[in-house]
Amino acid sequence: MVAINSEELGKRIAEVFTGSVVSADKEMLVVDSVHLFQVATYLKETPGLDFDYLTVVTAADYMEYFEMIYRMVSLKQNHSLILKTRLYSRDNPTVASLTPLWRAAYYQEREIFDLFGIKFEGHPDLRRLLLWEGFNGHPLRRDYL
Amino acid sequence: MSVKTEPFYLNIGPQHPSTHGVLRLRVTLDGEVIVDVEPVIGYLHRGIEKLAEGRTYAQNIPFTDRLDYLAAMTNNVAYCMAVEKLAGIKVPERGEYLRVIFSELMRIASHLMAVGFFLNDIGAMMTPVLYMWREREKILDMFEMACGQRMMYNYMRIGGMSQDVPEEFLPAVKKFIAEMPRYIDEYDQLLAQNEILLARSKGVGILPRETAVSIGASGPVLRASGVKWDLRKMDPYSIYDRFDFEVPTGQTGDCYDRYWVRMQEMRQSVRIVEQALKQLPGKGSVCADVPQFFRAPKGEAYVCIEAPKGNLGFYVVSDGSIAPYRLHIYPPTLINITAMKDMAVGWKIADLIIIFGSIDVVLGEIDR
Repeated sequence: MVAINSEELGKRIAEVFTGSVVSADKEMLVVDSVHLFQVATYLKETPGLDFDYLTVVTAADYMEYFEMIYRMVSLKQNHSLILKTRLYSRDNPTVASLTPLWRAAYYQEREIFDLFGIKFEGHPDLRRLLLWEGFNGHPLRRDYL
Repeated sequence: MSVKTEPFYLNIGPQHPSTHGVLRLRVTLDGEVIVDVEPVIGYLHRGIEKLAEGRTYAQNIPFTDRLDYLAAMTNNVAYCMAVEKLAGIKVPERGEYLRVIFSELMRIASHLMAVGFFLNDIGAMMTPVLYMWREREKILDMFEMACGQRMMYNYMRIGGMSQDVPEEFLPAVKKFIAEMPRYIDEYDQLLAQNEILLARSKGVGILPRETAVSIGASGPVLRASGVKWDLRKMDPYSIYDRFDFEVPTGQTGDCYDRYWVRMQEMRQSVRIVEQALKQLPGKGSVCADVPQFFRAPKGEAYVCIEAPKGNLGFYVVSDGSIAPYRLHIYPPTLINITAMKDMAVGWKIADLIIIFGSIDVVLGEIDR
């Protein structure tokens, strides 16, 4: 499995969806959170890219913003990509859910909602996963002590 | 004439012998037939990802033992590999070979447990488990020789492992590897054509190929559905490109195929250990020179390996301090239980236990 050239892929996506690419280097592709769902659909359905297999979905809290990290793989083409998006709201971070595209995101998005408080629009059943209903706060945020 | 029936809600677990830990299943039944099933998890949540942010890289290794506690050595390896990738540390040759030997022995031990308890769930109460524990004990004895522990090894270190193996270890592995194919033949003789196993698992809990890919399943669950996807072959990490082995795949993706794939994988693991023993460098260091409180350079790394239960990944972010800024564990079984509903709907409640057993879950890994 090789990592796809995300620099070139970024240029290609910037042409298709104007203003969607924030940055693209060898390691990863960072897109605007508004365009995330469109870009993900494009990555999944374009022949030659064929990202049919979503593996890790996670988030990281960098205080100024939340970073969403997606790693997708194509079983057909045997290549992988790290896709990221940044959410700048702290009170109400919201991003499109990728569960309609890959069911692999179902539990992982619920977990992120639980531990980071990020909301996923379009998720079929967004509830806490590991902690109980009524738990106060989101433990994986850096300011949760 | 149809009789109108009320749906019946049944709660299985978290304290129930057949839930392999503390999983809770909320099941909706129509008579005895499953209409809906929803896993409820979090009873073993210890917040390892949060705890890791306050501890040094080396202090986090014991936490990884407590994820998939039936394959603790593999978790150790995966975590250390992620930190090594982040810091650009190279493991000495002998260390790499020993890691492969330990990982593959761990895979055999984990699959023995999986198959044994799967048969337990089917109704072959305890007898197959005890046959399989006979061999698992030998593997645990070997691990005890190497690190003094039988379950929570804490043996791997960043850059290699804590110490070289004692002199009696390699002869014990050789003896075990010579014996093991005969034991697997014995299981096959007892089980492969067993009427009860066939009747209860053939065609039960089918996971179609497309669904398996869509939910992101991995490991024996994905391969049983006919997808030839093994990271040891597709993305050879460590030194797996030096070994000759095959990737067994199932055809229909039913419970029997998942059982069958695990049996075949044990044979392949034996082959890998055999080759690793032949190629193992006789002398040399097993651990790179890494200071105890080392600072990883700013950046991030993601490593995914083929653990016994599927693709196990560690995502580490460093801000240049002695502790990880963020550690994320990508657990294979959490993803695999997404398929529970697809497999179980339409089957009877007794089949649910088998379907669940065939996924091979460990709650330490799901809840983290």
